[in-house]
Amino acid sequence: MASEFQSANGQPSDEGVGQVRTQFVDLFVSEPLVLESGEKFGPITVAYETYGELTPANDNAIFVCHALTGDAHVAGKHSADDKKFGWWDGLIGPGRALDTRKYFVICANVLGGCQGTTGPSDVNPATGRPYGMLFPFITVGDMVAVHLELARSFGIETLLAVIGGSLGGMQVLKWAARYPETLRSAICLAAAANLSAQGIAFNAVGRRAIYADPQFHNGDYYGTGGARKHGEEGPRYGLALARMLAHITYLSELSIERKFGRRLQHGDHLAYELQRETEFQIESYLHYQGKRFIERFDANSYLYLTRAMDYFDLAVHYGSLEAALGKTEARFLITSYNTDWLFPSTQSQEIVTSLLRARRHVTYLELESVFGHDSFLIEIEQLEQLVVPFLAETYRHALRTAAS
Amino acid sequence: MAAKRYCVADPEAALIDRLILEQVTQNSRVLDLGCGDGRLLCRLRDERNCSIQGIELDHSRVVEAIHKGVPVLQADLDEGLGEVPDASFDFAVLSQTLQQVLKPQDLLLQMLRVARKILVVVPNFGHWRVRLQILLQGRAPMTTALPYDWYNTPNLHFLSMLDFRDLVEETKLRIVREIPVIRGNPSPNAWAANLRADSALFVLEQA
Repeated sequence: MASEFQSANGQPSDEGVGQVRTQFVDLFVSEPLVLESGEKFGPITVAYETYGELTPANDNAIFVCHALTGDAHVAGKHSADDKKFGWWDGLIGPGRALDTRKYFVICANVLGGCQGTTGPSDVNPATGRPYGMLFPFITVGDMVAVHLELARSFGIETLLAVIGGSLGGMQVLKWAARYPETLRSAICLAAAANLSAQGIAFNAVGRRAIYADPQFHNGDYYGTGGARKHGEEGPRYGLALARMLAHITYLSELSIERKFGRRLQHGDHLAYELQRETEFQIESYLHYQGKRFIERFDANSYLYLTRAMDYFDLAVHYGSLEAALGKTEARFLITSYNTDWLFPSTQSQEIVTSLLRARRHVTYLELESVFGHDSFLIEIEQLEQLVVPFLAETYRHALRTAAS
Repeated sequence: MAAKRYCVADPEAALIDRLILEQVTQNSRVLDLGCGDGRLLCRLRDERNCSIQGIELDHSRVVEAIHKGVPVLQADLDEGLGEVPDASFDFAVLSQTLQQVLKPQDLLLQMLRVARKILVVVPNFGHWRVRLQILLQGRAPMTTALPYDWYNTPNLHFLSMLDFRDLVEETKLRIVREIPVIRGNPSPNAWAANLRADSALFVLEQA
């Protein structure tokens, strides 16, 4: 999600992981993935990045799950003159919260995404054209299945931690429920065990904006060219509008007020022109966000991934949240943010209650921040304070258990 | 000003920890309300093989608890134990905190809701020196660990052992055990405890 604020708080230094590159691997080649819908799908190309070194015992791996519009590039730069760092750079690197001198960190683009992992904008081998709406229906569980397969391809059977915020946090929870023996700890930030009706409502409007765009062509908008950049064809206005709307839900009333207030974009006076769409700074900002988003994101992926989010409901899938999360021995670190109204604290507290009922090891904090849902991406130091001792103690415990 | 006044002696943390430890059965599930840095819970985990959970408001102490591997929820006891499910613990511990919460009776009821047995340690402001001080100096009581003045003390309620027993009765609880601490010594069955004890441990359950 929005990482525009990243530089506002603790400029990531050059001492991070340095220059990195996204790598690709084909998984589910000989045996397709059985999706939660029952459909079989494969092979799947996965785009991923790794940082740090895996120990000979393969016991120091941390999997980072990205949020709705994130990607595998979580830390470092892709080239020396790259202006942008990975989306969670402040958290990952030597001496940072996910200390790459100590841990092996993996991040992969999700199944159905559009940043290198197989998704609706990739070519369907059956037709020779991009999948579009022919891409199978995918769920959060399917995303996690692919993540785990990637980890296994490194020889990792048990992750030291799985960490993520928002949709990434949902993946963390699903991981703990579906593959309870494959993780020692779960760090779930600004997330929920299901998307609230309010969240579904916002997603619905975003999708409607895409569907209603005359360029949508029922998802078959890719043109005929081979290699293709996002944003050149398709429902550009619809996707931008979806992003503008969603972006508001990631902020808070307070953060918008502080950052923009009622300030005007051009000059000090109102123009009294109805169609001037960027008169206020907040308008201009949202337009800019929409515009930037369509350059890097595929509308069909947006439809598929938001739908996966809507469908996510751990309690319904497993009978109860307690049943879903009660099978793992993993330690949980859960945080919510006091100004997050998209994934409010009550939803994290619901997870905590279920974990207590299941007698699991759970640490929970409602953290203070003005940044709303985006807080988990911005408040790096606050997170670091918790994650460093949590991981260190989890690792110590794992080593002790392995020794005895 | 404070130096001249008698302060109700707070029992040493180690002593209270030991007292509580003795009351908790092996392998039980324990909730410590106001767990601080998780010191007591660590001992319960390591020495009693307990399944542990802490609740603490102070952020830096929560972080210290995480450093010790203690699972902890950051929460304000004045807002109840909403996240804690019914009957999910064998023991709920509240050490030297009851006098600091806004509604002690509500908290006791919440503890009863979530745990089978309640361990409470309270200061005894019925101590004879407190009484004497009020009589001779006309000054409100303080405690050694919390030598605050009346206007900035976290101690919102001043109670004696007798007062606490009243609350227990009114809350439909039963005292299973009562251990007064006199000059740093646990003294079960002490005579005139309400006059002599600095504090007391109570083990409570549903009446």
